Amino acid sequence: MFPEIIDTRPLRRAIDDSLTWVVANWGGALEAAAYPLLMLLRGIEDFLVAVPWWVIILVLVGVAWLASRRWQLPALVLGALLFLGVMDLWRDAMTTTALMVAATLTAVVVSIPVGVWMSRSTRVRNMVAPVLDLMQTLPSFVYLIPTVMIFGPGKIPALLATIVYAAPPLVRLTDLGLRNVDPAVMEATRAFGASPSQRLFGVQIPLALPTILAGVNQTTMMALSMVVIASMIGAGGLGYQVLQGIGRLEVSRGLFAGLGIVALAIIFDRVTQAFGRQLQSRVGVQEAAR
Amino acid sequence: MSQVSPTSDIAISLKGVTKIFGSDPERALDMLRRGVGKTEVQAETGNVVGLDDVSLAIERGQIFVVMGLSGSGKSTLIRHVNRLIEPTSGEIIVGGDNVLEMDDAALRKFRQTRIAMVFQKFALMPHRSVIENVAYGLEIRGVRREERLERAAKWIEIVGLKGYEKTRPRQLSGGQQQRVGLARALAMDTDIVLMDEAFSALDPLIRAGMQEQLLELQQSLNKTILFITHDFDEALKIGNRIAVLKDGAVQQVAHPEEIVLRPANAHIEEFVRDVNKARAIHVGTIMERGAFEACELAVPAGARCEDVLPLFADHRWVGVTGESGEQIGRLSATQVIKALARYSAAPPAAAVVTEAA
Ligand SMILES: Nc1ncnc2c1ncn2[C@@H]1O[C@H](COP(=O)(O)OP(=O)(O)OP(=O)(O)O)[C@@H](O)[C@H]1O
Ligand SMILES: [Mg+2]
Repeated sequence: MFPEIIDTRPLRRAIDDSLTWVVANWGGALEAAAYPLLMLLRGIEDFLVAVPWWVIILVLVGVAWLASRRWQLPALVLGALLFLGVMDLWRDAMTTTALMVAATLTAVVVSIPVGVWMSRSTRVRNMVAPVLDLMQTLPSFVYLIPTVMIFGPGKIPALLATIVYAAPPLVRLTDLGLRNVDPAVMEATRAFGASPSQRLFGVQIPLALPTILAGVNQTTMMALSMVVIASMIGAGGLGYQVLQGIGRLEVSRGLFAGLGIVALAIIFDRVTQAFGRQLQSRVGVQEAAR
Repeated sequence: MSQVSPTSDIAISLKGVTKIFGSDPERALDMLRRGVGKTEVQAETGNVVGLDDVSLAIERGQIFVVMGLSGSGKSTLIRHVNRLIEPTSGEIIVGGDNVLEMDDAALRKFRQTRIAMVFQKFALMPHRSVIENVAYGLEIRGVRREERLERAAKWIEIVGLKGYEKTRPRQLSGGQQQRVGLARALAMDTDIVLMDEAFSALDPLIRAGMQEQLLELQQSLNKTILFITHDFDEALKIGNRIAVLKDGAVQQVAHPEEIVLRPANAHIEEFVRDVNKARAIHVGTIMERGAFEACELAVPAGARCEDVLPLFADHRWVGVTGESGEQIGRLSATQVIKALARYSAAPPAAAVVTEAA
């Protein structure tokens, strides 16, 4: 056995006590701070549930067509959505979609500025990168439990855990995209006297947009991969059906709900990718696909 | 070496500009000051000497050409003028203002309104169409949309790309992209234009046309143009003055003719060897000076031998006129040929030695 060099018990106790202290003294304040997130999630979910199913199908198929301008993708999206409906998973799928969309929106709002900040200074980058690594590799239960202690089981800890897990790739890809913009072009913008914000919004971000969109795609996928874990603490939705299927040994329920998650993943992955390709050819970084 | 007269109007002045790329410029600078060469400094400190104590005075209204081999520091030099690169030491004055003392806002204003640049690698924005690229500088300056598009369209036509306004840069050939970069800089209509190998990607025909256009532009609008090239023939054709750069240091600054006829050292001699001498030598230098009977045909003293040669098909003698138009001398085909032969066949002793070695 590894010899005991120092007694770590006080340290552990201090951490546990401080968490208890935070829950007791700050619980209410933190909950209030997270309230806007809850409102966002509720708003999206209520909206998706209120809209008739055929409107949603129509819109998503239309978006798929706009993104690809070919019939294959809309057909795929239609098939996936019909599967969700036929298998009586529509309501749960909307709950899960709401969680994913809310997490992605929040991640976009937070990650893109952080990515911009990272791209501007190597020091910031060296500080933020390990944090991102930690967010992605730390088993989610480790931060789920404290969040549940603070907020109680429900949508907020589920959403926060999803954001923590799904945001890093967007930060990384924003940073990468901005750094990869041709330095000769950036030099030309300086030579013509452009201000830092003109350079960022007029040239750097537009040129990095395809990479940033790839980051958004990654974020949606990571968010979907969290839904089962999120449903353990009260997110509901397709993940909850999977859990129930496992709990009751109803293989069919777990299987169809699982396939439902795959269907959602396919829809959002393919549509964002198609938009990414379109954007790339529009930005002129790459030739239009075929 | 003829000096710039003190009364003349200096548009760009570099004084003792030294640039050292690397982590320890102070030490490299110190070595350089003690007379250590570029390669030794690089070997010992790992720092690259970009420019080595460059001093230049560029008169207003001149086309000033900087020549040099690849890696001699030409691009580094031109980037100092609009402070895309900060010098390690030295002073840069443009139009009477010390560029190095400008704060961010003043520097932006200066770049927006007084100086434009053509880049060696084009540096076009791939997400903007040709016309939006050409209008970019005007957009940054704050020119109204219609006006800037109108001006951009005019310049696109001048550089011969009419019909390509809505195209993306990557759909154009290298030479076409270069012309977009040219139009983008010229649309700014600044008094000073920096051109880093602005014609290098053009085919000979378009290149000659562009050179003519540049000369016209400079004459009609009195622009100051700092032009970089490694093509000596081009330098001779358009340059009012030429500076030769080697390892970041200026080797010679002179009139084109002077560089061809009296190269300062063996390095420049090598440059000059294959040059079209008929283009470099002016008739005023080799004419038979004196009062002769008036010739049927006369050219100004500044004309080049190249331009006079065809005239000898129909005339034995061609007159040479001075500034006020009176004939100051004359010239025969034999004289021109002798002059060309003299400067070609009898290179300075130094060059003969290098050839033998
Ligand atoms: N950013 C930089 N960092 C380090 N060294 C540099 C940098 N920019 C230029 N140099 C060095 O400075 C020297 C001059 O480069 P420069 O680009 O000015 O050459 P050039 O004369 O324009 O050559 P070319 O004709 O090939 O364009 C080279 O030795 C180059 O390696
Ligand atoms: Mg260069």
